[in-house]
Amino acid sequence: MSDEKKKLRSVAGVIRSKNAGPYEITFDIIFDSYPLFESVVRGGSLTEETVARLYKVPREKVVGIYHYSPAKAVKITMERPRPSGSLGETDVYGAQQHAPLLDLEVELG
Amino acid sequence: MEEIRMLAPTAILGYGFPLDSFMRGMEEKPHLIGVDAGSTDPGPFYLGKGKSFTDSVAVRRDLEVILDAACKERIPVIIGSAGGSGANVHLDWNEQIVRDVAAEKSLSFTMARIEAEFSRDYLHARQQAGDITPLPGVPPLTEKEIREATRIVGQMGLEPVQEALNDGALVVLAGRAYDPVCFAALPVLRGFDPGLALHVGKILECAAIASTPGSGRDCMLGILRKDHFLLRPLNPERRCTPESVAAHSLYEKSDPFHLHGPGGKLDLRETQYEQHDEQTVKVWGSRFVPAPYSIKLEGARPVGYRSICIAGTRDPAMIDNIEDIIKGVESSVADNFEETEAYLHFHLYGYRGVMGELEPLQQKAHELGIVMEVVAPTQKRANTILSFARSTMLHYGFPGRISTAGNLAFPYSPSDLEAGEVFEFCIHHLLHNVDPREPFPVKLEQLGGITV
Repeated sequence: MSDEKKKLRSVAGVIRSKNAGPYEITFDIIFDSYPLFESVVRGGSLTEETVARLYKVPREKVVGIYHYSPAKAVKITMERPRPSGSLGETDVYGAQQHAPLLDLEVELG
Repeated sequence: MEEIRMLAPTAILGYGFPLDSFMRGMEEKPHLIGVDAGSTDPGPFYLGKGKSFTDSVAVRRDLEVILDAACKERIPVIIGSAGGSGANVHLDWNEQIVRDVAAEKSLSFTMARIEAEFSRDYLHARQQAGDITPLPGVPPLTEKEIREATRIVGQMGLEPVQEALNDGALVVLAGRAYDPVCFAALPVLRGFDPGLALHVGKILECAAIASTPGSGRDCMLGILRKDHFLLRPLNPERRCTPESVAAHSLYEKSDPFHLHGPGGKLDLRETQYEQHDEQTVKVWGSRFVPAPYSIKLEGARPVGYRSICIAGTRDPAMIDNIEDIIKGVESSVADNFEETEAYLHFHLYGYRGVMGELEPLQQKAHELGIVMEVVAPTQKRANTILSFARSTMLHYGFPGRISTAGNLAFPYSPSDLEAGEVFEFCIHHLLHNVDPREPFPVKLEQLGGITV
């Protein structure tokens, strides 16, 4: 696998979002296999910049991207637009913010 | 002691569990039953208002099964973050259910109640002394938040629960507590490795969620030994796999390698997961790294009263012009009501309704669901302003309007609903230079006569 682009949902069995406490939201992308996980990590598409652009937030709002091999997962954590449940809230649990990741094209390296 | 067996019946007290799974767990002769009752996920209302997000009938059912079994075997039951948010009012609520169950079933045990609420004066002094720092994404704490929060809780660590167990409590009802505490307190007291104890506690507090298929409403067994632990779901239809358990380390956490808690962090960088038998996973290598003691504080303050109106539109011109129409309604409300405290908001389902400013797609659906919302200093005021905004939008004139009888479809009569008091989180900070036990007083009481 090299120089190939795939939609994230075609290589990951789990793509989810959830609050990590009331002030942060975290995205878990769990890949279908270790080779796919490693290939997406090598491809280097899942960066702070990509996530910031996708969600239209400043780069510094993305607080971390972690490659977690025991679960063949990539984890992305960013600040919530507002603390959970504050005025203007659209998703108290943060469980429905994952959809833009589904069709994100990632390089396989 | 070679091993400690821990039974986790359910992810949240009141979520329920199959009796068969629970009985299978009891056959393993567990040394303790732990239940974490808490979460901030349901939002700021429950801490702010002092309500539980679980139902008292459901909590009572879970406790009837758990307390009955624990009293027969004389094993401790440890409930963390009682009542969901773990303030005194939540403890009162949960304590009454424990008392009712004990009386109904003629159970005898020593109960410990551990409070986790902090006084404003105490926190004000600590804030002045520079002992309170914000968690990521949170502004620094000021006197205003301390004054406005209806109640402020802190997450206790292992020590207050260990004190209660040392004093002979069979049922420990703890206020706000760090999630793994209801499992990790006893084994660490008995000399087991704190890294492994906290890690197994972190997984068990979600019961069978870390199995596959996962469930928060089913039981899990944790077996902690000197240098590893085992996890096994207690329903034959589920199994733990290295992936299911490892993936749980991601769940609801910002960083999968480092989990911060009172007195240190759990370092999972060297953790190994291995299939032990068909249903069971073996875990080792998790380390506890001590740090100066700090306690996470949580508080929510009232922001007013909410009224909402649910409506829809199927009119293409209305949908095309929806932003301008909303601006028009807003300015009409501003012209008619002077107060600036009222908050008026339109949720548009079919147009960025779920993601708001994070939504990358800007197209509109062929129909829009509209939730009009007003938050004002009193319920009456919120009702009045909502009524004005709703009728303004219903009859609002806009360019290209053809459907001149009314712009909105209402599913309900009355169209406007009172949603009650509204809160927001305002404290999510760390308190430093603090004793692990002093803020969390332990009170013991004997229930139901003489203990055998």
